[in-house]
Amino acid sequence: MADAKIIQLGSRGRAGRGSGSSPSASARRLAAPQAARRSQPNDQPGPDAPYESAEAPSTTLSTLVSQLVRLVSGSLGVLRSVPITQLRDFAADPVHGLVSVAQALGVEWEGSLEETVEFVRTRLRGAYAVDEFGFDPEFTTKIYLPLLRRLAESWFRVEVRGAENLPADGSALLVSNHAGALPLDGMILHAMVFDEIGRHVRMLGADLIFKTPYSHDLARKTGTTLACQEDAERLLAANQLVAVFPEGFKGLGKPYADRYKLQRFGRGGFVSAAIRAQVPIIPTAIVGSEEIYPLISKAPALSRALGVPYFPITPLFPWFGVLGMIPLPSKWIIQFGEAITTDELGPGAADDPMIVFNITDQVRETIQQTLYRLLMQRRSAFF
Amino acid sequence: MAADRVILVTGVSRDLGSRFARTLAAEEHVEVVGIDVVPPRHDLGKADFVRADIRNPVISKVIATRGVDTVVHLAVVATPGPGGRSSMKEINVIGTMQLLAACQKAATFRKLVVQSSISVYGASPRDPAKFTEDMSARAQPRTGFGKDSLEIESYVRGLARRRPDVIVTTLRLANLMGAGVDSHVTRYLSLPVVPRVMGFDARLQFLHPSDAVAALLLVTRRDVPGTFNVAAADIVTLSQALRKMGRPSLLVPQTAAPLVATLIRQARLVDFSTDQIDALTYGRAMDTSRFTAETGFVPQLSSRAALTEFVGAAKPGLLSPERVDGALAAVSQLLRSATVRSG
Repeated sequence: MADAKIIQLGSRGRAGRGSGSSPSASARRLAAPQAARRSQPNDQPGPDAPYESAEAPSTTLSTLVSQLVRLVSGSLGVLRSVPITQLRDFAADPVHGLVSVAQALGVEWEGSLEETVEFVRTRLRGAYAVDEFGFDPEFTTKIYLPLLRRLAESWFRVEVRGAENLPADGSALLVSNHAGALPLDGMILHAMVFDEIGRHVRMLGADLIFKTPYSHDLARKTGTTLACQEDAERLLAANQLVAVFPEGFKGLGKPYADRYKLQRFGRGGFVSAAIRAQVPIIPTAIVGSEEIYPLISKAPALSRALGVPYFPITPLFPWFGVLGMIPLPSKWIIQFGEAITTDELGPGAADDPMIVFNITDQVRETIQQTLYRLLMQRRSAFF
Repeated sequence: MAADRVILVTGVSRDLGSRFARTLAAEEHVEVVGIDVVPPRHDLGKADFVRADIRNPVISKVIATRGVDTVVHLAVVATPGPGGRSSMKEINVIGTMQLLAACQKAATFRKLVVQSSISVYGASPRDPAKFTEDMSARAQPRTGFGKDSLEIESYVRGLARRRPDVIVTTLRLANLMGAGVDSHVTRYLSLPVVPRVMGFDARLQFLHPSDAVAALLLVTRRDVPGTFNVAAADIVTLSQALRKMGRPSLLVPQTAAPLVATLIRQARLVDFSTDQIDALTYGRAMDTSRFTAETGFVPQLSSRAALTEFVGAAKPGLLSPERVDGALAAVSQLLRSATVRSG
């Protein structure tokens, strides 16, 4: 079966460290695609066949580590080329420096200076509208999404597939896998869908989000509301595009070894909400989000003490503090599947547990199979 | 006087009560009797004023001698007065009990309108975005006005059970907002520096007093039995309200909020109960579609408009629009010169 090959962890019992003279199996495997890209003669013996078909694409932990090392050394090379004179100029005239940095980034300097000042004025005067859920479209489109767009394009290099399955109008329910310790996948999904069809995705989040300071604030501002039957139905009735992550914290807090293995899909509440509102369900598979924070342990004792579902222990966090919170730059693919329609069922079907379970299973299987297919196509977690 | 209806209005000395009584009394064939423990501050128009305490059995005498058929109960106190929390509870809970006991015995009595509050829904992070009338609080309010409102509603339900012939309407009103409104929310928003819970931006929903009066008049004139949410449909966030007020905020960690509330209470600025702190942390809003569907009533002023009216009448804050504009002009001048230099 396909799944058994992909989610395999470890290198079949052999440690991937290599012996003094020859590099490890994973390092050799890594060298091959790079050499092919450069199309230069290579003195490495290396496997003859291309990486994809030579053997099962099992990303071992050691591969991950060596890929990371390569990435870090690459960025160190970039650091070396930073011109010292420019830094000196910056120190001499910080305002000027900030303006140039902002111009280079192109984030804040979208329009003219007058527009920016006008925007700040409306914000400071509170002259902006929020909807009944606390969603602030102005903040979301002008500040939140541009920042996420940067992250999505430069850091995760997100590739969107199947955008034609997204409805241009009317309500729909996006159902997606959830992983990566922090709900970055939801945020990136919001940015990508907005760029594709110009609609905001309204997320449904767990109550912990609304219990936690600042997370409550950001979630409400960017259109997230509590994952409950009432709010789901209210959003769907208002012709909104709604996204739900039925794995919840079970998904976010799954260990690295379990990546891309979908957890239980709740009690199927999202399906009954979709049936009741007669809206299509769009299965969405996100590949890449499950590698951003490779969770080694959930630190159960600590998380119980803190009252959170899990405390993420990754190779970098909490050991490197804030630096350890930087997500690993995995390569993301978001695939929107074909819609599963519910309108032929009739609203009464929402109360039939068998129908609800069947559709829940169908959605879950679709996402799981899409994940496997995307993983087969992907060359590595980071490139 | 040959009036068709005799209407008793409690809590008539307060703003909402007096406006309601005055408007109602202006109608033909309606006799309005207003009662309160203190003389009215405002003109009651053609309404009669009887100085009586609803906590006293004398109330049943008033109902009997005047032949009251409708009781509009507005003597509900959301903010502790000079008597403190215990006196507030006594007015709310014991007062309602006595009033309803007197009503139950009266033969002429056939209709009851009660002012309840959004507080019955409590406030917690597990709340849905909007409460409908059928939902109950996810976190039952255990103190303060929220608990009082719940108890008042339970007494009202008890009366409806014992007197099935009586038409009972309960209106859950949102926080009143508008020029001159004095409530714990308006007092809080008027503090020179407003402490608020760090990392939370509560959703606030308001109701203009004129809309509250209109809704109460509507259910008094027409028979609309049931419990209804009455509020403007839109919401305003706390940070937005503070910016409109020009008030700088002081961020307080959630665990320290009760302590800060105690300090503010001791400084006699605003009196908060725990459930009100929760409401200003997590925010809450009501779905008003049932009342609109049943009666066709739509509030004239949105929450934002009501707030704007209040801001217009309130003292300008430290961060008044003029100062904000001045600071912005200075910053933009600085940036403009920098962009010119950078080419």
